[in-house]
Amino acid sequence: MSRERRGFETFEHGADIGVRGRGSTLEEAFASGARAMFSIVLESPPSCPPSCSVPVSCTSFDMEALFVAWLNELLAQADMERAVFWEFAIEIDPVEFAVQGSASGWRLDDIEAELGVEVKGATFTLAKVEHMDGEWVAQCVVDV
Amino acid sequence: MDIKLLKECGENCWEIPCQGDMRVPARIFASRALIKEMDSKVLEQLMNVASLPGIVKAAMAMPDAHWGYGFPIGGVAAFDPAEGGVISVGGVGYDVSCGVRTLLTGLTREEVVSKLEELADALFSSVPAGVGSEGAIKLSPAKLDEVLVGGAMWAVSRGYGESEDLEYVEERGCMPGADPAAVSDMAKKRQHRQVGTLGSGNHYLEIQYVDEIYDRSAASAFGLEEQAVVVSIHCGSRALGHQIGTDYIQVLGRAARKYNIPIKEKELVCAPIESDEGRSYFKAVACGINCALANRQVLTHLVRQVFDRLLPKAQLQLIYDVSHNTCKVEEHEAGGAKRRLFVHRKGATRAFGPGRSELPPRYREAGQPVIIGGTMGTASYILAGSASGEELTWGSACHGAGRAMSRRQALKRWKGKKVLAELAHQGIIVRSASMRGAAEEAPGAYKDVSQVVDATHAAGLARKVARLRPLACVKG
Repeated sequence: MSRERRGFETFEHGADIGVRGRGSTLEEAFASGARAMFSIVLESPPSCPPSCSVPVSCTSFDMEALFVAWLNELLAQADMERAVFWEFAIEIDPVEFAVQGSASGWRLDDIEAELGVEVKGATFTLAKVEHMDGEWVAQCVVDV
Repeated sequence: MDIKLLKECGENCWEIPCQGDMRVPARIFASRALIKEMDSKVLEQLMNVASLPGIVKAAMAMPDAHWGYGFPIGGVAAFDPAEGGVISVGGVGYDVSCGVRTLLTGLTREEVVSKLEELADALFSSVPAGVGSEGAIKLSPAKLDEVLVGGAMWAVSRGYGESEDLEYVEERGCMPGADPAAVSDMAKKRQHRQVGTLGSGNHYLEIQYVDEIYDRSAASAFGLEEQAVVVSIHCGSRALGHQIGTDYIQVLGRAARKYNIPIKEKELVCAPIESDEGRSYFKAVACGINCALANRQVLTHLVRQVFDRLLPKAQLQLIYDVSHNTCKVEEHEAGGAKRRLFVHRKGATRAFGPGRSELPPRYREAGQPVIIGGTMGTASYILAGSASGEELTWGSACHGAGRAMSRRQALKRWKGKKVLAELAHQGIIVRSASMRGAAEEAPGAYKDVSQVVDATHAAGLARKVARLRPLACVKG
């Protein structure tokens, strides 16, 4: 069972929540996966354009670990900036397992809608990055 | 879980004997009913833990066990450094030293009930809770280092609490061996304004009353009487702990490869205790534990301020502070000798029996208070550690009810506002920063905590002392 919203969805896990992103490129799948994660914090993004932006980069030892590292990097930046991110301009190096780019969103103080729950961290549980049926899928379970 | 896979080996004790590359048996402590409801992943994860180097006696799961990250939640395992034992991120978890503390108020239910709405409102506005909440304490990375070394002792030295509190916190409020150099700058930056915040998810601050007493002698030692009002605080090490987990997954992942430790699940990554990586992780975990102890101490101070204002007759005295996501060095009897073991408890509460020198003198006869958090609509329990628990599980017991359904299922079934209205109808006042959070934490989304506690008691892991019922709850 899952709930899909424009390339991203959350899925069932016993105690926590799974997040999944899809896209025609790895970058799109990673960005959609990040939106799935932030949809737990923010049910509906504001209609106004993003008002803050941060550079983001991370590396890891394989593609699944990179997806987990990417989400954790975003959570750390979100904590420090007191923000929620929704738009991403990134490039992925599939050989060095590296992500580089930027994340844009809104500061929590500027969001009028009620917030959801905090995501503590992205985990390796059910972590997967694969190309199937002509699209990229990136997923894992996040600890809430 | 298919009960036929297990061999019954005692009262509420089930086992998978050693097989394949398991070094010790996998043992689950639970009633037949709880085993049947339990996720089969618990057994798979427990068997993986049983295959790690240096594990002693058994890989164990408590009655509230469910599918976790590497270790099952409710998992307990001890490792001997002298036998190549390891330390694992999965055995500690992402919220290092998440735990509960309970305070006596010196008031009865009757004395509090008329002020309950006001208390709930005041606690909700005084205690930062929910996404993005920030505390009043701002700490630069250098200042935060003092917290990571000092724990609750740091908080008391800054005026957040009383020195007597420290006697009633595990490790007397300060976990030894903490080295802030083992914690990343990122972790410290994230924690900048999070000391003194509750967080969200299943964290809470609850006003409760003692509804039933099962063991009068232990209850008396803990200061518990029927109808007495207590306050419980459930939270952890906030962003710092999460970042320690995230950072060390990478470090121990590389270490596992370096030391040729076969890893069956990525979060089970580990390093020998006696390696640079293992030592570094343990130092970081000690920092995480101190951060959580300081956090709960500051929150205690905020709660005391509220009570002082609204119910000045109250005397908030700490019963005990327990952590349920830890790795600690403890001395235990194993194979006829005293051994120094690294005991991992992931979603399990330390439950030392009578006589342990780590306990405050007041509790040495009764055993350690073991605080089991339930849901905002049902009950919580206070148990006492037992001698048999020391023998069976290294002095460990369950930590809560455990979820019966996923957060998504709960969201489909309940609306936050309706959950709060139903609880209000039962006389339980809830203030929540998030209606989504309230729905996810609906009492019906959890297993019956009484069944879990009864199984813990029957298995001999800890003794039932008292049941607490909620009066008011602040949720993140």
